[in-house]
Amino acid sequence: MTRLYQAYKKVSRLHERLNHLLPKICHYQRRGRRPPKTKEERGDGMSLIELKNVGYQVDDTAILTDINLTIDKEEWVTLTGPSGGGKSTLVRIIASLLSKTSGSLTFAGQPIESYDPVAYRRRVSYSFQQPTLFGDTVRDNLQFPYQIRQLPFDQDRAVEGLKVVGLAASDLDKAVTDLSGGQRQRVALLRNVMVYPEVLILDEVTAGLDAENKAFVWSLIKRFNQQDHLTIIAITHDQSEIDAASRLITVKDGRIVGGNA
Amino acid sequence: MNLAVNNQSLLLALALVVIALAIGWKEKLGIDRDMIIGVVRAVVQLFVVGYLLKYVFRVDHVWLTTILILIIIFNAGYNAKQRSNGIPRALPISIGAILISTGVTLGVLMLAGAIKFIPSQMIPISGMIASNSMVAIGLCYRNLNAQFKQERQAVLEKLALGADLKDASKDIVRDSIKTGMQPTIDSAKTVGIVSLPGMMSGLIFAGVDPVRAIKYQIMVTFMLMSATSIGSVLACYWAYRGFYNDRKQLVI
Repeated sequence: MTRLYQAYKKVSRLHERLNHLLPKICHYQRRGRRPPKTKEERGDGMSLIELKNVGYQVDDTAILTDINLTIDKEEWVTLTGPSGGGKSTLVRIIASLLSKTSGSLTFAGQPIESYDPVAYRRRVSYSFQQPTLFGDTVRDNLQFPYQIRQLPFDQDRAVEGLKVVGLAASDLDKAVTDLSGGQRQRVALLRNVMVYPEVLILDEVTAGLDAENKAFVWSLIKRFNQQDHLTIIAITHDQSEIDAASRLITVKDGRIVGGNA
Repeated sequence: MNLAVNNQSLLLALALVVIALAIGWKEKLGIDRDMIIGVVRAVVQLFVVGYLLKYVFRVDHVWLTTILILIIIFNAGYNAKQRSNGIPRALPISIGAILISTGVTLGVLMLAGAIKFIPSQMIPISGMIASNSMVAIGLCYRNLNAQFKQERQAVLEKLALGADLKDASKDIVRDSIKTGMQPTIDSAKTVGIVSLPGMMSGLIFAGVDPVRAIKYQIMVTFMLMSATSIGSVLACYWAYRGFYNDRKQLVI
């Protein structure tokens, strides 16, 4: 069993690598220029994500001011702070769902503007609080990441993933309306990692879950970080998660006020 | 022919408008002004069109007919745009979609020999096609706006998972196309059993054999299906990109 599992991990790593490379190659073949070099390719010590004096303004209202933050590969960063303080805006900017209005944001050493937003979001995946599940069944959701990449659905991986998130193989064809809140959140998380991203952004994904589900989802995130080597940026208000954070950043009134940025 | 509408009977028929006005006033619907403006505009526009058509039919010139058709298409596009509620580039999209849907439908009808390029056939048929396309596109716009607001979270999640704009909007676009075509499909289903539509009624009114009149109505049913489907598809596929910015972010 252990050997079988190791073989599976090896194949899924290769699959992950291929999935990262394919859109990059296709994208840059289209654009007719070389892809930006990654940190490893360049061989320098540059951070994976680097924000310098980032600001976000709507009309005359500043939502974020002077944000400086560097995140290394495979790091797990926990963001906390009062509601309305700008945490979600900050991570949405990192996820390229919003554009900063000032400052600079680089990913793997290249400005975010140099990436095609779609290819970028496949590398930096964002998971929402109270996620919406698509279609009718769990399958529709786990298929979606493959559909958008025009890849054949990897059912074995989906079944394996369902087991990892504490669901049964038979749940693949379960109606999304029959899932509990905790199950919905797990399916949504699994949807984010069906094709591995490099960075997983989690916006209060454990909020509203009971203690058992919360602990389970947290253990999943730990697994994504430690076993699957994903960089994690997680927003939380949960005290136990804050206490367990390896690196804690506090955002208040649109500024980073605490932690090691 | 047994057509007996004269100016005096029209004036008497104005009583029908008074009924509508009375209902509006009694129920405090606040649409009295709109109703009066609507009636006055309808009367003036139709009189102008009546005399204009009389002149155009008599002159029977290809360019004049084409120009009139283009004016109809522009007006239809402008009116469809009014329903867009801020969708970017709604005017060129509406005009383009109506131009193509009308052009394709007219072309097929002419190739099939159902109509000839003479003003008395081309202008009324173009008007019917363009107006149905206009209504369908207006419905599409309304649905796009409503759905992008309602499904905002789902669209954001699809984008966050790395979906392209087309994949993120697919369900909304599909639903909007369906909404645009629905009235035409519904009326096709009930034609003859609920209503005797304009084309057929007009011919019967003018004394044409009902069996001949229905053939025209069948043609109209086919052409409206084509016009509303082409118009809806084009308008939806051109318009949905307006809900995103150049960084492929949802802007509502």
